[in-house]
Amino acid sequence: MQRRTLFEGRLLPYLLVAPQLLVTAIFFLWPAGQAVKASFLRQDAFGIRTQFVWFENFTALFEDELYRQSAWNTVIFAVCVTALAMGIALLFAVFADRDIRARGAYRTLMIWPYAIAPAVAAVLWIFLFHPQIGLFGRMLNNAGVHWDYKLNGTQAMMVVIAASAWKQVSYNFIFFLAGLQSIPRAVIEAAQIDGAGAWRRFRTITFPLLSPTTFFLIIVNVVYACFDTFGVIHALTQGGPGKATETLIYKVYVDGVVNLDLGSSSAQSVILMAVVMILTMIQFRFVERRVHY
Amino acid sequence: MSDVALRTAAAAPARETLPRERPDWVAHAVLILGVVLFALPVWIVLVGSTYDAASIGRGEVPLIPRADLSTYAEIWDDGSGRQGATPVWRMLLNSGLMALLIMTGKIAVSILSAFAIAFFRFPGRMLFFWLIFLTLMLPVEVRIIPTYEVMAGLHLINSMTGLTLPLIASATATLLFRQVFLAIPDELVEAARMDGAGPLRFLRDILIPVSSTNIAALAVILFVYGWNQYLWPLLVASDPQLDTIVIGIVKMIGSEAQTDWNRVMGTTVLALLPPVAIVLLMQRWFVKGLTEGEK
Repeated sequence: MQRRTLFEGRLLPYLLVAPQLLVTAIFFLWPAGQAVKASFLRQDAFGIRTQFVWFENFTALFEDELYRQSAWNTVIFAVCVTALAMGIALLFAVFADRDIRARGAYRTLMIWPYAIAPAVAAVLWIFLFHPQIGLFGRMLNNAGVHWDYKLNGTQAMMVVIAASAWKQVSYNFIFFLAGLQSIPRAVIEAAQIDGAGAWRRFRTITFPLLSPTTFFLIIVNVVYACFDTFGVIHALTQGGPGKATETLIYKVYVDGVVNLDLGSSSAQSVILMAVVMILTMIQFRFVERRVHY
Repeated sequence: MSDVALRTAAAAPARETLPRERPDWVAHAVLILGVVLFALPVWIVLVGSTYDAASIGRGEVPLIPRADLSTYAEIWDDGSGRQGATPVWRMLLNSGLMALLIMTGKIAVSILSAFAIAFFRFPGRMLFFWLIFLTLMLPVEVRIIPTYEVMAGLHLINSMTGLTLPLIASATATLLFRQVFLAIPDELVEAARMDGAGPLRFLRDILIPVSSTNIAALAVILFVYGWNQYLWPLLVASDPQLDTIVIGIVKMIGSEAQTDWNRVMGTTVLALLPPVAIVLLMQRWFVKGLTEGEK
């Protein structure tokens, strides 16, 4: 899209974009370039000599059992968080879209968790599932289940998934509800007159018409699960026990900031950049085209 | 907007002959379950913050709060209660300042660049547009170490400038404002020009007032974004005096054996109150801004 009416000015437009461009160049583009460069270099143990090693940092990563483990963790984590957060949100949105009493109040009471930080969500879930002080954690232990997410990797994964998904339900709810409200009533009513029951109407009309929203949310949720849940993991399990909840983002942080392994950390960064780029491109294609079946 | 009256009116006469709707109580049951699912964790923390650390440690906290706000008085000045701990008032101040600076900075910077891109033609315009767009694909998380090095080189570690300045470039906000600006009718621009308004005058007196709802909606989203930052402050602010409240809570948990859980709970309540209040107060604008701006 282009405007017909424009303003004249030679220097002014450059002055207007300058602040954003400077911040972008100094804090985004330059570091990203440095990460790409460092991913091809390797320092010796004393940090004195640096050597150009082509793709060795990358091949080393792919051969590394720990890296593959954290990639697998990320896949499981992202799929579970996305499915849970979207499934629950869709269920609530479908019912909140009906003409029932107090639906305004219900909507308000479902929207507010959007404002909670991932790390704070994690702290809230500590008080639910901590083996000694958590409400449900204690119940589980009293019922004879050996519940301790600090020792059991599977349980740890369950808690970080639950806390991350819990925080994201509101966001999905807002979008699903907006999507449902944009479906013309006439279409649904026509199906109703044709004798289609509620579940059938949902399956054959509502859900397909929601597909643009659904696709958009899948991308947003996968990006959220991969990149914005650092706080959840850091507050709840710190990647443990062992490496059970170490996702790719968490591993970049540990290898870069804690272990100071520059080459490997940079190569991991570059791989993650590629992941974000692919996801962003898919997102913009879908948003532009507005998929419909 | 859906028209409730119209919808029910259209559905009413046919009710007898149509397949039966699921009764309303199913909807109420599901939605109440949802409300509880969201509210319960916060309720537990709220209740816990009115009890003492020992009873929480034994897991003996009931589901009803008591009228005791002493925890809040303690954390306000002492934080975690350990030697040299950051007081919670300071954490709140840091978080508030950080959120406000990021919010206003992002809005200002994106309005200016979106204005240039929408209303001017100049060499390099598309290149700049794509460079800004590129930032969408480069979140902090994927370039931790080199960004830290840039920050260290510019002496921005452990400063409020360091916490906020690098976060004010926002592709999302720029794209949103560009869309809003492109939808402004040409006639309005013509009229302003005929009246002799220069570009800056037009921006200040017409464009900004006209997009004030979009700005308000974005402000809510960006305030929450700023308040909830985690990895960035963890990286660039090791000085406890600069702890935001979200960082502060997690530091308080630190080594579990000596954790005063009631303090953690009180701090958690204070950490989620401001952004939740803002989202609830500005609910209508916020929902509109979120769903119309796509993200």
